[in-house]
Amino acid sequence: MKKFLIALLFAPLMAFASGGNVHLDKWPGSVSDKAALQNGAKLFVNYCLNCHGASYMRYKNLMDLGLTEQQVKDNLMFTSDKIGGLMAVAARSDEQKLWFGATPPDLTILARARGEAGNAGAGADWLYTYLRSFYRDPNRPTGWNNVVFENVGMPHILYGLQGQQVLNHETHKLELAVPGTMPPAEYDKAVSDLVGFMVWMGEPQQEFRRTLGIFVLAFLGLLFVVAYALKKEYWKDIH
Amino acid sequence: MAGGTFEKYKSDGSLAGNALEWLDARFPATSMWKGHLSEYYAPKNFNFWYFFGSLALLVLVIQIVTGIFLVMHYKPDAALNANGVPIAFASVEYIMRDVPGGWLIRYMHSTGASAFFIVVYLHMFRGLIYGSYRKPRELTWLFGVGIFLVLMGEAFFGYLLPWGQMSFWGAQVIVNLFGAIPVIGNDLSIIIRGDFVVGDATLNRFFSFHVIAFPLVLIGLVAAHVLALHETGSNNPDGVEIKVNKDENGIPRDGIPFHPYYTVKDIVGVVVFLMVFSAVMFFAPEGGGYFLETPNFYPADPLKTPPHIAPVWYFTPFYSILRAVVWNFFGLDAKFWGVVAMGASVVIFAFLPWLDRSPVKSIRYRGPITKVMITIFVICFFILGYLGTLSPSPMGELVSQVCSVFYFGFFLAMPWWSRMDKFKPVPERVTMK
Repeated sequence: MKKFLIALLFAPLMAFASGGNVHLDKWPGSVSDKAALQNGAKLFVNYCLNCHGASYMRYKNLMDLGLTEQQVKDNLMFTSDKIGGLMAVAARSDEQKLWFGATPPDLTILARARGEAGNAGAGADWLYTYLRSFYRDPNRPTGWNNVVFENVGMPHILYGLQGQQVLNHETHKLELAVPGTMPPAEYDKAVSDLVGFMVWMGEPQQEFRRTLGIFVLAFLGLLFVVAYALKKEYWKDIH
Repeated sequence: MAGGTFEKYKSDGSLAGNALEWLDARFPATSMWKGHLSEYYAPKNFNFWYFFGSLALLVLVIQIVTGIFLVMHYKPDAALNANGVPIAFASVEYIMRDVPGGWLIRYMHSTGASAFFIVVYLHMFRGLIYGSYRKPRELTWLFGVGIFLVLMGEAFFGYLLPWGQMSFWGAQVIVNLFGAIPVIGNDLSIIIRGDFVVGDATLNRFFSFHVIAFPLVLIGLVAAHVLALHETGSNNPDGVEIKVNKDENGIPRDGIPFHPYYTVKDIVGVVVFLMVFSAVMFFAPEGGGYFLETPNFYPADPLKTPPHIAPVWYFTPFYSILRAVVWNFFGLDAKFWGVVAMGASVVIFAFLPWLDRSPVKSIRYRGPITKVMITIFVICFFILGYLGTLSPSPMGELVSQVCSVFYFGFFLAMPWWSRMDKFKPVPERVTMK
């Protein structure tokens, strides 16, 4: 009975937390690390953009990562030859639906969409954990499953880098069965860079927004001093 | 006094003076300036709570000006573009990325929506604690309740426009509520949607309501609210009528001209408000996922119902009251009674001037019963608001039922408890606390 009452007491909190029952690793990266973002952009166009679009994003905005127009054209543009073009996907959505069971979602603002109320960073943590949690599952049509996103339609596209994990059903832990081209620490760094790029792409002006915010608040701080002095001067005779 | 007559401006012979005399002979420039600003006498003892009226006006201006720019770039179209994304949703991301400064305008508007409700709730709370709705200011209060109702509609229509998952499913849930009305419900919800499901027709008409119909009504009501206020003059934290005590020139002894005294004071309030507003807008524009709900970063998908549909935070207290009603009465569905309860929980504010039977206006001279009742009411309002953001649960249901009963009890029992209290003597003149 006591247990039941305690459960009742915490029921609202549990309902609140039920969004994710898998522990998410904290994304270790930062959107101010330009080199990491460039590496993430490279991984993104090479691995993700084949099936997923980033169709609210223009190639020319990649120049904000400290790249020249020529560098973007030479290294990051495979689906379009127009620098002002959108980062659309080449594959057709109806065909993809046939292949994977669902059309792969657009990734431009996925890091924001995966956020949670009260925890805006949850989207990055989710992606960082998700991309490192694929394992071999012969029962799935693609041969892949994921701890974070059960029965996901997406195959492990980065398995060449990470290698192949299997799920140990006794310990419920993932184990690396076949190593990939990257040692685990290097793979984690690559995924972190990729997630960083996706967080940046969700709102490319976010760094500028914060910088501008500091100036605006500083201005308002000065304005407050003036406004308060003005008020004091006018009100000195009111008692 | 707003109703008074002022002498027309007489030129001093200068060019500007002649121009003003010409104007004043044809337009009530002097009389409006004096009647509403430089010779409109407001009590001198306004405190912190009196900032929120002018701030609400500021937010209204922010919303209108940013809205004008958003409409230049936004496209209310539910059709899919070449990349399979609804055009309306893509146009919002276009504003966020490709329109110069568009992200700033859009964040101002989205933060402004929540800011509007914050200042309006605080403004209403001020009225509640100082009895500002009491005679002779009942009409000012009624216009205010009208503003609140229209504002809720305005916010609801606007929330559909980004055409994200929460926009779509939120609208679906709310419009379906009308379907609970007996006999006409089903047809009514079809008329509101313009279709059998929320779709392009719904998006277009909500756009029209959001940018034309409701703002027009809102501005009209705000004008009526301010005019009615200036006719009676403002209440104040002591609940003393300053017009009772006038000097030999007919000026209230406790009144000071709105301009310059309250204009300079309100500028301070505006700057502080803008600092808080900017802190949210520049450093946390999603408002922790409460101002911009994260599921709304997915485009609307009529085939994919989100696991948890939550209204935006400013509707959640009323949404909780809706969900708290789970019993069928008189052969009518619980959903219908939930809608009735939700509607009543908003409209009941309009009856405050006649429910409050206390001999004094301000909480300063009212006793413990009033203070306890208002405190519990506010706590219930917050609990209901919090529960409205969560998925339904048995415990949440029970708590929201208890809070709903208290919510209505606060109003319906007010004629009795407001009279029973102990009262302190009200001073003749306002106090400068």
